[in-house]
Amino acid sequence: MTAGPIDAVGREDVEALFYEEAALLDAWRLDDWLGLLTADARYLVPPNDVPDGDPRDTLFTIADDIRRIRGRVKRLKSEDAHAERPRSRTRRLVSNVRIVGRDGDELVVEANFAVYRFRRNERIGEYVGRYRYRLRATADGLRIAERRAILDSEELGGLGSVSFIL
Amino acid sequence: MDAPFIIDDPGSERFRLNRRVLVDPDILETERRRIFDRCWIYLGHDSEIPEPGDFRTRQVAGRPVLFVRDREGRARAFLNTCRHRGTMVCREREGNRTRFTCVYHGWTYDHGGALTHVPGQESYGAAFDRAEFALGEVPALEAYRGFWFAHFGGEPEPLADYLAGAREYLDLVVDQSPGARLEIVAGTQEYDIRANWKLLVENSFDDYHLHATHATYLEYMKDSGVSVRLPRGLMMPAPGTGKPLGNGHAVVDNVNFRGRPIAAWIPLYGEDAKTEIESIRGELVARLGEDRARRVADTNRNLVVFPNLVINDGSAVTVRTFWPISVDRMRVTAWALGPVEESETSRARRLDSFLTFYGPGGLATPDDVEALELVQDGLSTWREVGWSEISRGMNKTGEQLNTDELHLRTFWRRWNALMTDGAGA
Ligand code: FES
Ligand SMILES: [Fe+2]
Repeated sequence: MTAGPIDAVGREDVEALFYEEAALLDAWRLDDWLGLLTADARYLVPPNDVPDGDPRDTLFTIADDIRRIRGRVKRLKSEDAHAERPRSRTRRLVSNVRIVGRDGDELVVEANFAVYRFRRNERIGEYVGRYRYRLRATADGLRIAERRAILDSEELGGLGSVSFIL
Repeated sequence: MDAPFIIDDPGSERFRLNRRVLVDPDILETERRRIFDRCWIYLGHDSEIPEPGDFRTRQVAGRPVLFVRDREGRARAFLNTCRHRGTMVCREREGNRTRFTCVYHGWTYDHGGALTHVPGQESYGAAFDRAEFALGEVPALEAYRGFWFAHFGGEPEPLADYLAGAREYLDLVVDQSPGARLEIVAGTQEYDIRANWKLLVENSFDDYHLHATHATYLEYMKDSGVSVRLPRGLMMPAPGTGKPLGNGHAVVDNVNFRGRPIAAWIPLYGEDAKTEIESIRGELVARLGEDRARRVADTNRNLVVFPNLVINDGSAVTVRTFWPISVDRMRVTAWALGPVEESETSRARRLDSFLTFYGPGGLATPDDVEALELVQDGLSTWREVGWSEISRGMNKTGEQLNTDELHLRTFWRRWNALMTDGAGA
């Protein structure tokens, strides 16, 4: 990916980043995935009943700053992350990618996702929703400054935990 | 004759639980009548419906309930079923309404439950009186310091008596607000655990599991600069005790080691937060005195209000209730609670602190969920391996550690007494 002024970034560049990210996460290559994030990145999963909330005044499911993202990755790589031992097998389908805004050196992007999660006993969860990302053009290329995974279901319910990276 | 539910023999320092009580659907049916219809069941917090017409709908003890503030400003709890043929009259999770119109034939109720409009009323006889068709109310509804509870059976003892020693621990939560005013924060965590509901009661204050289940959480805290070393003779980084509080309620009451928004700073909160946390502490000391302030700010407390309310007053305040969908599945609902006076930065810190440990995306709770689901899977062997072991601490007289199991036994003893009319212990 070539770094350039944010105005030069098109949908194909964004799609390439999304597909790369999905492949890394499905393969549990979490350190490589961290490489796609900016040094101040945030990872958010809003509560199902307040999908557009702000984590400063709303209880989220996940609202990580970069420190907790790194801590989450360290945890997930550990033998003691019981909720992900054995690891979930996931398959991510990302589509309907749209650039919805440009803000300084950042791009606001939305996409739909369906993440299929398989665990022991072949229990299956379908995590369906939309991504809302802020992407930043950096010297190293396009990087993720914020990723928000907004679930469509009214509650987590039978999906249980979000112990993998959604 | 069936084996007893528990074997409780202090003489031989034995406490065993019959695993059937976690897997047999007949037990759940009995619990619905003998536990959930005979105890005060948490319904919601006063702050969730501040203005007349504000409402929340939720399941309480298996019933759909409409929790609403009426015209006079009183909290009411109606059974969410139309008096005509039974349809739920309100389908929304929350909102503000002064009229609830049934979708089926259009009967309309106000926020005091009165039936105000019946389409085509002229076809009913002269004896038909709308006043006889007000929404049903939960048989008893009472609050203690903003926490509302419902009761579905008979003539209950007053809520305050029922809560017994748990009141002191609710007071310690309320004392964190200068004006004794707490609020439920926006955002609900609702998720299922594929396990019997009583396993989450145990888990919510089972401190013995911390070191094994939550090793990665402890590692994260250690990396952040918190000491998580286990002192000699302890299974937790800081000492604490497990205490029965009467009527099956119990608590673990622990010296804090992992920070408290009110008011114990840890490095995770950031240097910037030091001044604010000091001033929060200053307010506590000025209002409550040095001793009480220390009690509020320097201890963590996981409280179980029998049968299914958990208040974890620690790295944040969580209010958590859960309901058995079936014998091996529960629906968990959890909220964050905080003082209404809290600053924006303080509120943000509270929520951040909440998420490090708690909830379906926290660094700890998912491992609890995994543990409980593994328990439930393991329990399918109950006919061959019939008993669980809950005797930690029975070899002691006097005070019991938070990693002992007196508080778990307290729950089970009450549960057993209600399930057997006191005959089966
Ligand atoms: S069932 Fe409600 S109006 Fe008929
Ligand atoms: Fe736990």
